[in-house]
Amino acid sequence: MALTLADKIWNDHVVRRAEGEPDLIYIDLHLLHEVNTPPAFEGLRESGRRVRRPDLTLGTEDHATPTSVARVPLNELHLRRQMEVMRANCQEFGIPMYPLGHSRQGIVHVIGPELGLVQPGMTIVCCDSHTTTHGAFGTLAFGIGTSQVEHVLATQTLGMHPMKNMSVTITGELAPGVTPKDVVLALINKIGTGGGVGHVMEFRGQVIEDMSMEGRMTVCNMAVEAGSRAGLVAPDETTFAYLKGRPHAPQGEQWDAELARWRELRSDPDAVFDESVVIDGSALTPFVTWGVNPAQSVPLSERVPSVDDFSDDKSRRAAARALEYMDLTPGTAMRDIPIDAVFIGSCTNGRIEDLRAAAGVLRGRKVADSVNVLLVAGSATVRAQAVDEGLEEVFNEAGVTLQPGTGCSMCCALNEDMLQPGQRSASTNNRNFEGRQGPGARTHVVSPEVAAASAVAGRLASPADLEN
Amino acid sequence: MDAFTVHTGRMVPLRRSDVDTDQIFPGRFGRNATSRTGYAKALFGNWRDQEPDFVLNLPVYQGADVLVAGADFATGSSREYAVWALQDYGFKAVLSPRFGDIFRGNAPKRGLIPVVLDQEVIEQLWTMAEEDPSTLVTVDLVERRVTAPGISVPFEIDEDTRYRLLNGLDDIAVTEHHLDAIDAYEARRRPALPQTTRG
Repeated sequence: MALTLADKIWNDHVVRRAEGEPDLIYIDLHLLHEVNTPPAFEGLRESGRRVRRPDLTLGTEDHATPTSVARVPLNELHLRRQMEVMRANCQEFGIPMYPLGHSRQGIVHVIGPELGLVQPGMTIVCCDSHTTTHGAFGTLAFGIGTSQVEHVLATQTLGMHPMKNMSVTITGELAPGVTPKDVVLALINKIGTGGGVGHVMEFRGQVIEDMSMEGRMTVCNMAVEAGSRAGLVAPDETTFAYLKGRPHAPQGEQWDAELARWRELRSDPDAVFDESVVIDGSALTPFVTWGVNPAQSVPLSERVPSVDDFSDDKSRRAAARALEYMDLTPGTAMRDIPIDAVFIGSCTNGRIEDLRAAAGVLRGRKVADSVNVLLVAGSATVRAQAVDEGLEEVFNEAGVTLQPGTGCSMCCALNEDMLQPGQRSASTNNRNFEGRQGPGARTHVVSPEVAAASAVAGRLASPADLEN
Repeated sequence: MDAFTVHTGRMVPLRRSDVDTDQIFPGRFGRNATSRTGYAKALFGNWRDQEPDFVLNLPVYQGADVLVAGADFATGSSREYAVWALQDYGFKAVLSPRFGDIFRGNAPKRGLIPVVLDQEVIEQLWTMAEEDPSTLVTVDLVERRVTAPGISVPFEIDEDTRYRLLNGLDDIAVTEHHLDAIDAYEARRRPALPQTTRG
């Protein structure tokens, strides 16, 4: 029978299959962060269980870490309970862990790939919905809850109900200035926040084939914003080139053997998908959100919609609420919306390519006096690379500081980085939910290019707008 | 885990769709949190603080323990705090036309039942709960049926989740019956697969 790539990876990891029960799936890599895991370790201790495979588990600190400092002094660690508990848990159970200040620390979805731990065909879980990011390498990767974290720690498996398959094809070629972020925002706009529920999305088509690994990670990262359980891209030469030479990548003969295996990882030509979506990539322009979920978006060239632009009751009610929360007047040109803050970073857009894109826009320019810019590398490795490449100088000359620490920062506001009530940001993160960047904060989700241009213009803008 | 069989209670009509887990459990309540309990006050914390007429602030719905929500309830972040907050507040069941996948998996593991019902049924329940807050609804997992005055509709839930809920079974204990299968799988895993402890 013809199978999709997701089905093949699934079948390859079935530990036990029984009628009427979920498949028991083996997990190749379990990533942990400090916010959602403490109760899982507490559960292990209460039941006297151990971690079955600490060697397939990796911990980091990212959600609650400060970015204003490169490390937290040990005598202040007790003030940061989740970090303190995370370090103690990993030590007690023998799990490798990269704390803030370590050269490999960073956002969990940035460090996994950059260490070469994420390889085609694997199953990967993490207590974070954006685990879908790792699907960019042709893996089955999905977010799990804390109870499931405890289950994986104890058994290295997870009981899972089958997923449906959705093919998402992006045809053509992106116009200059159009980014992977715009592709995925356009997709979510088209199918809605629940459009992918129960499905794993396979991204394909010329635009995806031409895309860098960083770009594919951005797209897979936000597959969850359409409700998908996972998103993936079949591995190809771009994937292999990214992996080669990374700390955990296979070497020598083992590399050749794995490579031969990875080349086989693709959906059969006649595989049947439960759903198919096609988007003409050539027609896309920069996308921005106007509302309070990632599907409430428009091209930057358009205007704030009105309730009457929506036909069904659910969308009309949601639009009315969003317009009120976002304090927007229907008909306002998106480009006329002034902003107070810009956030560049996150597991969606905190990689080196994103920092290069931002620097490309900021080079030789100054950010507007009215805008506070928060720029946070996705990992210590990305930060070091940005410094090496001279990007930090570009940022400094534009009036922007590259934060010393790395982590989720103002994407989730589970740390010190947040907006004041009523403040409006252009952010490269993934969610414009109410209060996501702080109580009462208003978020417009954008690409790094639009974020940087908006910082200069003081209102939502694309790089092309700055030329005029 | 507590077993769930049949529950009858009053309803809280939450006439909102796309209620993401950031709204159910706003991040600020999670600062320094390291346990599973103590989150009753966090539930819908921003809305309760900022909107005096938010449904949970209305005295008539105090003590009601079946949440009736709009479509795409609990999408977004994987935070299980959302489940714990709903339970700490007292909710036994959540009814919605569609749930976020991660929440739908999380909730039954702690004994909170997510029930998928047609939008029309949800609308009827909203109207009922608004017109008479003392209206009772019954979620019967044994019969897989939701009943309220003038309503009796079946709902779907996969048999395995139902079995574990009815019996209050701990997932890990169930899986531990299959350790031999896990051992066998590990024995045939390729040694080239990455390990976090080397490299």
